[in-house]
Amino acid sequence: MSSTLSLAVRDSSTMLRRNLLHARRYPSLTLNLLLTPVVMLLLFVYVFGDVMSAGMGGGADRSAYIAYVVPGILMMTVGGTAVGTAVSVANDMTEGIIARFRTMAIHRPSILVGHVAGSVLQCLMSVLLVGAVAVAIGFRSTGATPLEWLAAFGLTALIALALTWIAVGMGLVSPNAEAASNNALPLVVLPLISSAFVPIDSMPGWFRPIAEYQPFTPAIETLRGLLLGTEIGHNGWLAVAWCTGLTVLGYVWSGRTFTKDPK
Amino acid sequence: MPSSVMPMPSQAGGGSAPAAIAATGLRKSYGDKAVLGGVDLHVPQGTVFALLGPNGAGKTTAVKILSTLITPDAGRVRVAGHDLAGEAHRIRAAIGVTGQFSAVDGLITGEENMLLMADLHHLPRQEGRRTAAELLARFDLTDAAHKPASTYSGGMKRRLDIAMTLVAGPRIIFLDEPTTGLDPRSRHNMWQIIRGLVADGVTVFLTTQYLEEADELADRVAVLNNGRIVAEGTPEQLKRQIPGGHVRLRFTHPDTYRAAADALREVTRDDETLTLQIPSGGSQRELRAVLDRLDSTGVEADELTVHTPDLDDVFFALTGTTDPTAPAQPKETAR
Repeated sequence: MSSTLSLAVRDSSTMLRRNLLHARRYPSLTLNLLLTPVVMLLLFVYVFGDVMSAGMGGGADRSAYIAYVVPGILMMTVGGTAVGTAVSVANDMTEGIIARFRTMAIHRPSILVGHVAGSVLQCLMSVLLVGAVAVAIGFRSTGATPLEWLAAFGLTALIALALTWIAVGMGLVSPNAEAASNNALPLVVLPLISSAFVPIDSMPGWFRPIAEYQPFTPAIETLRGLLLGTEIGHNGWLAVAWCTGLTVLGYVWSGRTFTKDPK
Repeated sequence: MPSSVMPMPSQAGGGSAPAAIAATGLRKSYGDKAVLGGVDLHVPQGTVFALLGPNGAGKTTAVKILSTLITPDAGRVRVAGHDLAGEAHRIRAAIGVTGQFSAVDGLITGEENMLLMADLHHLPRQEGRRTAAELLARFDLTDAAHKPASTYSGGMKRRLDIAMTLVAGPRIIFLDEPTTGLDPRSRHNMWQIIRGLVADGVTVFLTTQYLEEADELADRVAVLNNGRIVAEGTPEQLKRQIPGGHVRLRFTHPDTYRAAADALREVTRDDETLTLQIPSGGSQRELRAVLDRLDSTGVEADELTVHTPDLDDVFFALTGTTDPTAPAQPKETAR
């Protein structure tokens, strides 16, 4: 009898292959989610760039604003991919094949792990592509060491993991794709109201707590610190804590929801 | 009758033959609605069991419980010798399920669906490929193997569905309305497939709303209505419970009609259409008796039809009552 762990790994990798096959056969959703952050990046740099940078004070110009906005755009990429995960999980749950999986002697969580692993991989590829576009239009790091680049990538992966597990839970509780898309909306709205596009101290006082006490702000500040050499302070630990908390929450929530009897 | 190579079990409801599926006191409610109100089932190994009932009778719920998809509110279930409470994983390793709505992944090809099953059953790569190819050929899907399953016709999807179920060679197979929505040809095709499974010694639990289907395939039939078993037995036993068999004689001339009516005993007359109805089991001897009597009076019927009771009669007699919650009759005793 094979151990539970090897069963888990084997079934999860089978499920991952299934999800990657879906993504390869039907790339339109992936492309759609990729296009949004690229358009946002170009829009904020070339259309709103002058006004936005003027708002930052200190004589910042457009190239300085590129540097400021890129970490936020990368987080939007992650959030957008997570919305796609919620939609595809909700879609998948309506398929008869899921009922079949439930009646098979497989490692049950592997069905969800396959979704998460597939989405995180897609997410990181999207982040690399959006990052490449950012570099192409002039984004440069400020003396970041390879280790800092690696840390930035690692943090992005952690955030992707956390948001994807939350998105899987959102997909599981949604009866259909439309509902999943609505339920997952906070994942793309939260970056908009974080420090992604303008500094928090430029926001009205009543709004600052909303921007301050949410996962995207410490994550974005940490990325800025790693890539642009700004002050990280407590944001690093805060970002990791958010990621860990959300991952555990999403994992437990998804697992419980999936174990319940299907309707 | 199915072309089963297995000996027909002679016992009924518990006893010596090992049960592939046994359930007692199965209950399931959704909110206020009781879907199953205390169901007992006993399916001996290597037999075909049909759960027959109209839409909403609780057939699918019963299959979902027996196949570990949902948990019952009450009752004991043993499948393949394992208890549903606590040993669901072992049950899953022994069964195959083909649901009412096709359990295939529409986004990937037929072959990829088969290989997915092979991987999940941990077959070695070579063996998985061979099994997939063999089953695709057996179910006439080789030509469509590289097309997405969503492009398949209803019959093809159902065949792929069963092929996927067979990858691991399960000993107990649940088929939830395997022919609902199929055209007559695909339905007969599916019957052949099911008979083939039985010939391999597999235990088949199927649900159907088609009486003909249960009659064709099943060793034993249970009629489910409003969440209760209202009758159980072999198709023959069930048919015998319904006194619906008769010979019908139609005449064109009123005089002949009257002469025949006088000559025959126990007739039901229909003076409007000049038809006589004589209760009969439809055997050769009974028919000859009727014909002899007609001959002796020198009358000749213009049309003679024999109506043998089929499961339709059973079905309507048992479920079409004004009080469907009343149990129709006790379970039949040993033959």
